[in-house]
Amino acid sequence: MMKEMTMLSKIMTASVFALSLSACGGKDAPTLPTDNIHTPAQTDYMRSQIKIVGSSTVYPFATAVAENFGRTTKFKTPIVESTGSGGGLKLFCSGLAANHPDITNASRRIKASEVKRCAENGINDIIEVKIGYDGIVLANSRKSPRLELSLKDVFLALAKNVPDGHGGTTANPYKTWNDVNSALPKVNIEVMGPPPTSGTRDAFVELAMEGGCKTFDWVKALKKTDKPTYKTLCHTIREDGAFVEAGENDNLIVQKLNANPSAFGIFGFSFLDQNVDSVQGSVVNGKAPTFENISNGSYPVSRSLFFYVKKDNIGKVPGITEYLAEFMSDKASGADGYLAEKGLIPMTDTEHEKWETSIRALETLTLD
Amino acid sequence: MTDFAQKAYTLETSPSLKRRHAKEARFKWYGRIAITIALSFLVFMFGAIFLRGMGAFQQTKISIEVTFSEQVIDPNGVRDPEILALANYKPILTAALTRTFPNVIERRDKGRLYKLLSSGAVYEMGKLVSDNPDLIGTSQTIWLPASSEVDLFMKGKIDTSLPEELRRIKNQDITYIKALKQSGQIKKKFNTAFFTNGDSREPEMAGILGAALGSFFSLLVCFMIAFPLGILTAVYLEEYAHKSKLTDLIEININNLAAVPSIVFGLLGLSIFLGVFHIPRSTPLVGGMVLALMTLPTIIIASRASLRSVPQSVRDAAFGLGASKTQATFHHVVPLAMPGMLTGTILGMAQALGETAPLLMIGMVAFIVDIPQGVTDAATSLPVQIFLWADSPEKGFVERTSAAIIVLLAFLILMNLLAVFLRRKLEKRW
Repeated sequence: MMKEMTMLSKIMTASVFALSLSACGGKDAPTLPTDNIHTPAQTDYMRSQIKIVGSSTVYPFATAVAENFGRTTKFKTPIVESTGSGGGLKLFCSGLAANHPDITNASRRIKASEVKRCAENGINDIIEVKIGYDGIVLANSRKSPRLELSLKDVFLALAKNVPDGHGGTTANPYKTWNDVNSALPKVNIEVMGPPPTSGTRDAFVELAMEGGCKTFDWVKALKKTDKPTYKTLCHTIREDGAFVEAGENDNLIVQKLNANPSAFGIFGFSFLDQNVDSVQGSVVNGKAPTFENISNGSYPVSRSLFFYVKKDNIGKVPGITEYLAEFMSDKASGADGYLAEKGLIPMTDTEHEKWETSIRALETLTLD
Repeated sequence: MTDFAQKAYTLETSPSLKRRHAKEARFKWYGRIAITIALSFLVFMFGAIFLRGMGAFQQTKISIEVTFSEQVIDPNGVRDPEILALANYKPILTAALTRTFPNVIERRDKGRLYKLLSSGAVYEMGKLVSDNPDLIGTSQTIWLPASSEVDLFMKGKIDTSLPEELRRIKNQDITYIKALKQSGQIKKKFNTAFFTNGDSREPEMAGILGAALGSFFSLLVCFMIAFPLGILTAVYLEEYAHKSKLTDLIEININNLAAVPSIVFGLLGLSIFLGVFHIPRSTPLVGGMVLALMTLPTIIIASRASLRSVPQSVRDAAFGLGASKTQATFHHVVPLAMPGMLTGTILGMAQALGETAPLLMIGMVAFIVDIPQGVTDAATSLPVQIFLWADSPEKGFVERTSAAIIVLLAFLILMNLLAVFLRRKLEKRW
């Protein structure tokens, strides 16, 4: 009688063991001796570890701070997920419960619609933290000459429709850079860039494409009279093969640029900084994408980087204020901090100090 | 009739025979060429990964003599390991470096000198002292990891013919390295950190242990759920269920599920496990549950095929001796089918080991430094770690990515070997 059920009981024990194991994990894991080092008094907290989501551009910086924070304090290392700015804010604003992130990174400022969404879910107090700047570069292989472009050239080379010179628009007829501007070489236009889900793409479209688009007077006038048409014209990237969506992996773009010297790639300054031996950033409106030019704002395709914190979660999740302090310390986001080494363009000392003070006081966000 | 017989070819002289032989030879060659091409792809792929990845198993280390001064590390003399681990070791390190290079005086030059060592070196000292507090007050010669740039230089991966401003390692750094080389204080050593550390943003500090344990815990949960469920489903469908429209429908659905893209299971996990049951995000528990959903159809299909291959005579014999249905099934049929079931399970698990897409939706694609201690601690998995490193800007991660692929391949090969072994060793031939 015993033996008849052996096979069945073995299988059953396995599943019971599975359930008990998962249940054990739930209760026991946080009290393991090794965990005690990181979580001094976890009992009153809703979660023992900070959760961060958001922009893939801020990700390299947030992870560096998270790691240093974890190593130099008693707290657990925060978990950082790269979900894109928009995706991160969506998760961030969906609630105050333990399952929702405490912090979201963004490569653009939070939108009024997102603040509203947050408020609908009970998140009224948001702390805004500006961490520095990032430049978006249009780079090619060092085997080819460096291009000197204007924003207008960038727009004409990459827009789906371009002004036809008679007050109307036409499908982009330009095949080579030389067609766009006779000062440029006779090389086919071939640009690899991020997909529409990326914050880098949003910023590139807003800063570079729209910037070049506005140089046509009648288009600029159009902005006041017919904003939707203006936006479609300025924000639509061509789809005839000259612009290739290369995915979010910027390393892949750098490798492809090495293999194909006539191609260009669009990515953040930090990747240019790490690969200066093989790729070079094009000069835009007379300014090269250098540390100095981005930091003083003269390089035209640069943007601010932010992250947002739920004020309500301070005290509910251990270490949030300490994480903020680590991020805003001079050794991290200061002029000579370790984030600058990772490719972040730091704020000026006065601006840095201003943000540091307001964050120390936990001032909450108010959109003007 | 006679004409025909005279004209009839013998076997040796038949022209069609020659053609047939030629056809056969040609076909053999087609096969050989196909195998050669397939093998050369494989060799090329493995070769590229191994060539790139082998470097990561070695790490450049610098030996310096440090004085663990009590005043700096533990001025109050409490010897609390926690305090010892978090103490500020930077002054000790800079003092030691200054002693090694007494001629470097300028502040700027010193700054470059300090950057020869990894920014993680101080944490390694902290670990050393907290593990062995007796070190305090003594002078020790220890090997500390060099920075990623120095490591790449030592491995010959930096083109020194480029102009200085295009290199991340400057001429000055090279003179320091040469001096260290002459005194034997810089060496490539086996990279133990790669196997004992969690993730890090510094390539020289990054390790695979966190991801490997994450994979292990996920697969454990996956096995515990999918194996009993899958096998009992298969046994019921194969041995007990009467063939009806309903069982047909179930069968079709199971076959369909096996072909559903894995990301769909991730979405399901996101909405059910995270959304309804509120299982913590980014944990191997939820990862394993999602992977279990994904592996279930594979296990069920393999188990059913295995049960079907057990001859009817085995059941009939059992019944003939008066065994009940359950006795016949669990006493005779299931044990005989077990090797096939296990093989199917292991292959399904191997497939689950390589998945990233479903984990993306449930937050396991994340930067996680702390090494998971159980199924409810946040963790990544091996393929996710590969994906994250491939996406990192630092050059040092190129070889770590390939090394992580080697580790993943090793695990996959082990699992597949186990499946082959089980099949060979236990399977009965009828």
